Amino acid sequence: MPLNWKTGGLLLGLVFFVAVALVKPIGVSTQFVIFDAIVADAVNPDLITKTEDGYTSTNAYLAKSGGKYAKAAANPLNYSFVFVLALMLGAGLSAWARGGIGADERRAPAVWRANYGDTPWKRYAMAFAGGFIVLYGARLAGGCTSGHMMSGMMQTSLSGYIFALGAFAAAIPVAMLLYRQEA
Amino acid sequence: MTSIILAIVIGAAFGAVLDRIGASDPNWITRMLTLRHLNLMKTILLAIGTGSVLMFGGQMLGLVDVGHMSVKAAYAGVFIGGLLLGAGWAAAGYCPGTGLAAAASGRRDALFFVAGGLLGAAAYMVTYPAWKASGLLDGAKLTLGTIPGAEYEGLLAMRGDILGIVLGLVFIAIAFALPERLVPRSEEEKVAPAE
Repeated sequence: MPLNWKTGGLLLGLVFFVAVALVKPIGVSTQFVIFDAIVADAVNPDLITKTEDGYTSTNAYLAKSGGKYAKAAANPLNYSFVFVLALMLGAGLSAWARGGIGADERRAPAVWRANYGDTPWKRYAMAFAGGFIVLYGARLAGGCTSGHMMSGMMQTSLSGYIFALGAFAAAIPVAMLLYRQEA
Repeated sequence: MTSIILAIVIGAAFGAVLDRIGASDPNWITRMLTLRHLNLMKTILLAIGTGSVLMFGGQMLGLVDVGHMSVKAAYAGVFIGGLLLGAGWAAAGYCPGTGLAAAASGRRDALFFVAGGLLGAAAYMVTYPAWKASGLLDGAKLTLGTIPGAEYEGLLAMRGDILGIVLGLVFIAIAFALPERLVPRSEEEKVAPAE
């Protein structure tokens, strides 16, 4: 059972506040692009090039806004990228400290097994397809649940409200359709 | 160097909290999105409210730098992208941050989610010029009120920091007001076992 919402909400709110007070609002999905760009630039070094006043790329998306994504990929030891690596470290340690995820859960979540039986590979296919549209959508929107919904609405950003409206308008019916059985 | 230390500390805290509130557990995401258990929804609403009140309160007291805000542009693609993300979030039970957290905590399906995500992000990088040309990415960085000292235009002329605190309190009030469950429990379904 996760933390009670009062404790959990306060802790999560504090993390978002500390981030914006000390550095900048939390965001994650851009770093999927940065990772892709690091790999792609390693394979094809012509992808990202240094210019007189920064970086640019043959890919229009990496080159946009003065090449800021190209710059981040050329210098992976930057705040936003390290933040996401640390996120994984923190989550991994926290899960380990509370005894870890059970073997059944690691294979497939209970809600999947309740609806589709012991079909881990179908689950992995669903997770892969889900990941594809989540990140495609997040990049189209310019942010994800962290950057748009949490950081955005917290800053009274109009885009955060538009994003949250779209996300829940799709997520609630899809979840109800796919997962009719409770776990 | 300071910024890297902050990235490690704040990032690790964020990851640990995501793990502890159940946000990286597809069972709890699904319970929220099917409206069967709103613990996580209440957590998120309380967090947004808390963050908002602290940030705008800190700004009004001069303790928090307004320049640290970063508001994203509002454009039609935000809604379309939101719909896509929502559908995938429901199907997979993960969003970008929680998928990474879940993969790090040992969930095998989350590794597939992250792999799919890297491919999806790459697909967007390649198709970006078409979206750009469509005009669906054109918009402006707007906040609901007008925040003193911020570079963003306000939708309303009223003071954005005061509005931010009021809305923050509204989010907190909704978190308290929401019931634990919104849909009726069907008869053949057993009580959810404790994990």
